[in-house]
Formats: sequence, structure tokens, C-alpha cells
Amino acid sequence: MVSPASLSGGRPGTGPSRAAVPAGSVDAAAVRAAVAAVVDPEIRVVTIEDLGILRAVSVADDGRARVTITPTYSGCPAMDVIRRDVAEAALAAGAAGADVETVLAPAWSTDMISESGRAKLAAAGIAPPGPAGRQGPVLLRLSVRCPRCGSMATEQLSRFGSTACKALWRCTECREPFDEIKPH
Amino acid sequence: MKSEVSTADLVEYLLRLGDDALVTAQRLGEWSARAPEMETDIALSNIALDQLGAARLLLTYAGEIEGAGRDEDALAYLRADHEFRNAQLVELADEQPELGHDFGVAIAKLLCLSAYQQPLYQRLCSSTDERIAGIAAKAVKESAYHLDFATLWTVRLGDGTGASRDRMAGAFAVVWPYTYELFETDDLVARVAAAGVGVDPSTLREHWSEVVGGVLAMATLDVPETSWRPTGGRTGRHTEAMSYLLAEMQVLHRAHPGAAW
Repeated sequence: MVSPASLSGGRPGTGPSRAAVPAGSVDAAAVRAAVAAVVDPEIRVVTIEDLGILRAVSVADDGRARVTITPTYSGCPAMDVIRRDVAEAALAAGAAGADVETVLAPAWSTDMISESGRAKLAAAGIAPPGPAGRQGPVLLRLSVRCPRCGSMATEQLSRFGSTACKALWRCTECREPFDEIKPH
Repeated sequence: MKSEVSTADLVEYLLRLGDDALVTAQRLGEWSARAPEMETDIALSNIALDQLGAARLLLTYAGEIEGAGRDEDALAYLRADHEFRNAQLVELADEQPELGHDFGVAIAKLLCLSAYQQPLYQRLCSSTDERIAGIAAKAVKESAYHLDFATLWTVRLGDGTGASRDRMAGAFAVVWPYTYELFETDDLVARVAAAGVGVDPSTLREHWSEVVGGVLAMATLDVPETSWRPTGGRTGRHTEAMSYLLAEMQVLHRAHPGAAW
């Protein structure tokens, strides 16, 4: 239950730092681009920006990057790795330090996944989520298109898959199993 | 963000919410590599992870407000059984008399718990405490999945073979007496509910009965009848099962203080 103390807080100045960086020498756009390019450690075809996990990146006057991220699911075990990767990316892009803050509100939804993220998921054989925004339990739902052969003749094997955000499906047309990002 | 309830009340309320989630996660974790099929194994582990995630957020917040330097680990690993505030329902071993370890009991407990947690978190989304509202907004979406999962299995086993129906009915007979504690009210919940921070659980009972009753009907199971209503978890009185659960959960941290992944 413990994340490395140096990365967990997110308060300014509590994250990792580099040796002195001359004031005003940090390229904020480069830091932002580097952080946005961090890939999700469990679904490595999409970036944290594609997934909507990345909320904000700014560079303070002292050259420290301040990054705000949000978890997909409360217990997502990838968050500690994402915090570490974000800090490393910001430092590698020249930031003097990196403070990564985790926020909960507004709660993450699969509706926050970008169009390019959806395309990358589909290309990797993972069915992108349909629209979220449902309230309460739903026992019946429309089918999910098979990302391999495009058939709608699919069935859900389990509403929990290889990661917290995925469900397991099977295509009865091409007979292949596939993951779906659950509308959430 | 600062609510009108006292620090002590808010800490106590957060422990009730957080301990329900933490102890549920620990019990569900016991099914890792032991569930009846691989998809179910993964599902129960995922549900455990959701509950653990909510527990971490709630206990971290409780520790911050308390201001005594206790973090989520200190609260999870270094409290004794009488200091836990979870309802007794969640600590029960997933066992039936004569049968031993039983998947039906795990499902019956999950149905009863998630049918309580889902509307509870729904209401807490509009808590006047922004931090609680934020945690609830994430948890409510996850508990909807837990309720779906428990519903599907209850129906499948209840409306299944004679043997599976008997076991599911037996499981609800074990669990049912412990469900009443979930909806008990006391001075603390009255105060946090009056401040708009928390929810008086007795107001969730009617909705819960409709949801669970509907699922039992679909599963061709009767609503169990019981006059025995054990209680005490919210004030730290627990069943024997709790001490065994904590021993397993806490042994590593107590043997190796500060151990981290």
C-alpha cells in the first residue's frame, strides 16, 4: 500500500529534483510533450493523454514541472508506475524537478478517451468503449464489435478482464477472444 | 471543504466506510487462484482491487484529518480488532456449516454489500465534504459492477441445479442476520448526516430490500427469515473470524515494520 514517498505527495517541491537548472532555461512545451507521451504501463499502445488520465502540466518559474493526473479505477495498480514515469519524463525533458499530484474529481470516465486513443486501442485488438454515462447496474447491453473481424456476433465471457478497466469478450464469428475497455 | 462535523466524528465515519472496503478486499483476495473458474478468479480479484482502492483513499483521508501521523498503512496494519469499525458482515469467513469454504457465501455477501454500497456512494457523491464526494464518485461506478456480478451469479446458482440452489439458499441463511447491522443508525451517523457530510444508512434500507429481494426472486430463492440480528462492528465488537483475518493481513507489516513494495 506504500508508494515511494518522494513521488506520492504532489505538493510543490516534494517530488524528485535534478541538479540546479538555470532559471528560465526550461522549455515548458518540451516538458509537456514528454509527459503527454508517457504510455500507460498496462496498455502500452496508448499514452496517458490518450486515456484522459493526464489532466494538466505546467512549469513553474523555478523550472519545476507540476503534473496533475487522475486514476481510472480507485484501485488501479498502474498509478504508482505512472507517477514515476511522468516524473522521469519531465526530468529527462529538462525540468528542474517534478511534482505529480493525483486528483479524483471530476471522476474519470471512458468518455475522456480521445479519438486517437480509441483508434490505437482498436488497432491493438482491444475494443474501445461505447458511451458511458449510465447510472446503476445494467444487465443487458448492446453487443460489442469484434476488433479483429468486425463482427457484431460477440459474447461477453466476463465483465472483468486482464486489467481493472477491461472486460473479456469472445467473437463467435472468428472465434477469437478479445478485451474491451468497459464503458465507465 | 471543511465541514461542520467534529474531527473525531469525521475520522470515525471515514473508518466505518474505509474498514468495510478494506476487510471486503482482504476476504475477496482469498479467492485468488481458488475461484471455480479463471474468469471468476480474475473478477473477484478485480473487485478486491476496487475495494482496496476505495479503502486506501478513505483511510488516507481519515489519517490526515486525525492529524496523529497515521497513514493508510498504520491504520490498516497496526490497529487491533477492537479498533476496526467495519460491519460484521464483511469479516465473515466465506464458509458454510458442513461445507467449509463456499463460493455461494462469497457471492451472497457481495450481493448484500454492493446493494448497500452502491446507493450509499451514490448519495455520498453530493456530500458537503468535497473529498468524500470525489471518492464516492469513483466508487459508485465500480460498485455498480460489483452488484451486476453478484446478481448474475446469484441468479445462475439459485436458479440452477438442485444442488446449487440448496447451497445458494444456505449461503443467504448464513449471511442474512448480519445484513441488519448495515442499516443501523446511531448518534454519530445522525450528526454526520445532519451536516450533509454522510448518509444515515437506515434511509437506504427500503431501496436495498427492493434490489436484493428482486434478485432473490429472479434466483427463485426465498428471502430468509431471521430474528437474530448480530451487531457491534461499528463500535469495535467483532466476530472470531475478524482476528484470524487481521492476523493474516497484518503479519508481514508487523514482522517487518515499514515493509513496502
